[in-house]
Amino acid sequence: MRAADASSIAAGARVGMSAAKARILVQGLVVRDHDAAADAQGLDRLALWALRRYAPIVAADSPDGLVIDSTGADHLLGGEEAMLAGLIDRLSSSGVRARAAIADSWGAAHALARYAGRPALIAPLGHGGSVLTGLPLAALRLPADMVAALHVLGFERIGDLLAQPRAPLTLRFGPQLGRRIDQALGILSEPIEPIRPDELIEVKRNFAEPIGAAETIARHIGELVVQLCAGLEAEGLGAKRLDLICHRVDDRVQAVRVGVAMPVRDVKRLTRLLTDKIDTIEPGFGIETLSLAATLAEPLAEKQTLTAMVDDGAPDVSDLVDTLVNRVGERSLYRAAPVATETPERSVRRIPPMAPDTGATWQGRWPRPSRLLPSPEPIETMAALPDHPPVAFTWRGVRRRVRRADGPERIRGEWWRSDAELTAVRDYFRVEDDAGERYWIFRSGDGEDPNSGSQRWFLHGVFG
Amino acid sequence: MRHEPAIESLRAQIEKIEGRARRVKSVLPFGIADIDARLPGGGLPLGALHEIAGGGNGAVDGAAAALFAAGIATRTKGKVLWVITRSDLFAPALAQAGLPPDRVIYVEAGNDKTVLACVEEGLRHGGLGAVVGEVARLDMTASRRLQLCAEGSGSIGLALRRWRRQSEAVDFGQPTAAATRWRVSVLPSAALPIPGVGRHRWLLELIRVRAGESADFEVEACDGSGRLAVPAELAHGPASKEGRRSGVAG
Repeated sequence: MRAADASSIAAGARVGMSAAKARILVQGLVVRDHDAAADAQGLDRLALWALRRYAPIVAADSPDGLVIDSTGADHLLGGEEAMLAGLIDRLSSSGVRARAAIADSWGAAHALARYAGRPALIAPLGHGGSVLTGLPLAALRLPADMVAALHVLGFERIGDLLAQPRAPLTLRFGPQLGRRIDQALGILSEPIEPIRPDELIEVKRNFAEPIGAAETIARHIGELVVQLCAGLEAEGLGAKRLDLICHRVDDRVQAVRVGVAMPVRDVKRLTRLLTDKIDTIEPGFGIETLSLAATLAEPLAEKQTLTAMVDDGAPDVSDLVDTLVNRVGERSLYRAAPVATETPERSVRRIPPMAPDTGATWQGRWPRPSRLLPSPEPIETMAALPDHPPVAFTWRGVRRRVRRADGPERIRGEWWRSDAELTAVRDYFRVEDDAGERYWIFRSGDGEDPNSGSQRWFLHGVFG
Repeated sequence: MRHEPAIESLRAQIEKIEGRARRVKSVLPFGIADIDARLPGGGLPLGALHEIAGGGNGAVDGAAAALFAAGIATRTKGKVLWVITRSDLFAPALAQAGLPPDRVIYVEAGNDKTVLACVEEGLRHGGLGAVVGEVARLDMTASRRLQLCAEGSGSIGLALRRWRRQSEAVDFGQPTAAATRWRVSVLPSAALPIPGVGRHRWLLELIRVRAGESADFEVEACDGSGRLAVPAELAHGPASKEGRRSGVAG
């Protein structure tokens, strides 16, 4: 048996059992022949999906994993943590249970993802052997018989091996053991051969002399973009995601990924996006091959540009948005859109910057503060219950006398969210102190019924 | 401003010496005669950088300064780029100052350096009406870069100065290349015949303006179309106090 689903494992079947034994243990077991080729194909399909969505260098780590070089690509997805969480979420929503880890080397990430026992793990930068010591030997990607032989000698964990002198081990087990250890520690580089779909539009350039200067790289990027755009034009496509892969003379690979919101085939714009990223490339001893691929391409219809007879007014800012997204990340660029709710902190949702105009705005005529505190801050007050504003309040250690006030504006809890909000009430007041500073404060509760809230006062915003 | 032919010709000569064939400068008037008269050209020059800070606690929260900037941005044409470091800006308030959510693209930048880079990018693009950047530090070099980008494209740049602590606000005295420099402080609101908060009022200090003199104004805060107003009792003198407006606007 190569694999079993959760219900059959619960009934006692185990991976590695013979099929006959499993049939006895589990009533009504459905047995299918193992199809290694179909498995490999499925894994490749998953790798292609990850290539389009996550990073320029992706490969299948057979039999059961993917390896992704996320260097220089996580910025588009809001950093490593957000990328990892998003990856696992997306996989689980399509029915794949996955575990993932980010580490400095392929070997360490492979080991941590499979044996660390956590669904998502990010090893600290420059971790070395420290994160690996507690893991079993199988995590090192060694042949099964070698692991068994090491067990016989009393080695259980990777830490046991790291503590041993290397020479006797190499003498007994050959060079593979030492190589796998060095690969996991990141001492020995292990290039990932990235998966390339057949229909990918890719242009390459080899150099007789390795290049390294930023200006030289920029010039060659410019020439590659021209070629790539010609290729895209022949297919009637526009690029949504571009990957620049630099092969260095020391067999390391550097990748740069840029993304745009709408398909683009404009040489100037794409060159600009790529050259903005040159300072993230470390040429080391020199780059011998540059390859540029349009990993994600979509049909781009030719549009006839009108002459100046009709001026459509709104200038196009999509190129600016693309430049900024590649600088600060996709999540940091947004527009606000109204949400139909009374609760202030829920009333704004973020939409993509280039989403079509909604024309909607917030309803209600009550003034809103220009600064809303991330969370309401408790204040000490003197107030006459039930529906008068406080006479004075103390916020952040400063006592303020209320000279004028407006309110209350009653906001009710959203009963469909939770039972606790069924009776919850907030009474908002706009208050002005002696100096003319205006604040938005509220009482949690209606001032009478203890079920409606704690009756304590909070400051929620600052008016201009 | 007085117009004297000798001075005018001197100005023209100086511009020639500066070597820049300046584009015909258009301005964005406030629509308040008092303020516009103080600004050369009769309004805020477009294609320039302007500095805005809050006074008192406003140096930290920047609430009034943000609304003042929103009011200016509202009256420009095109989309507005608003670059922030702290995400406490409340979009419904901007909508109430006349800046609908569809017009504003927010950029959350991690630090001042990224804010300045994003503002520069936005100003250089030229397709935006206004670019607002919330920064604490703005030195001569950085502001000069932004000013040059704005001159090149014609977009208006608004540097919203905002500090972590009130003591850091002395930084506002350092010279920058901005065309104007404003400080917005809150004042007690207009008195109403009934209990309640009237239309918000600000003390608007024009601290520095290129080729002009500084001045103070007492104004009523932005209305629903981003326009300031002169308090009625100040506009018409004490005689018209009885005819004071009693309407309330955000």
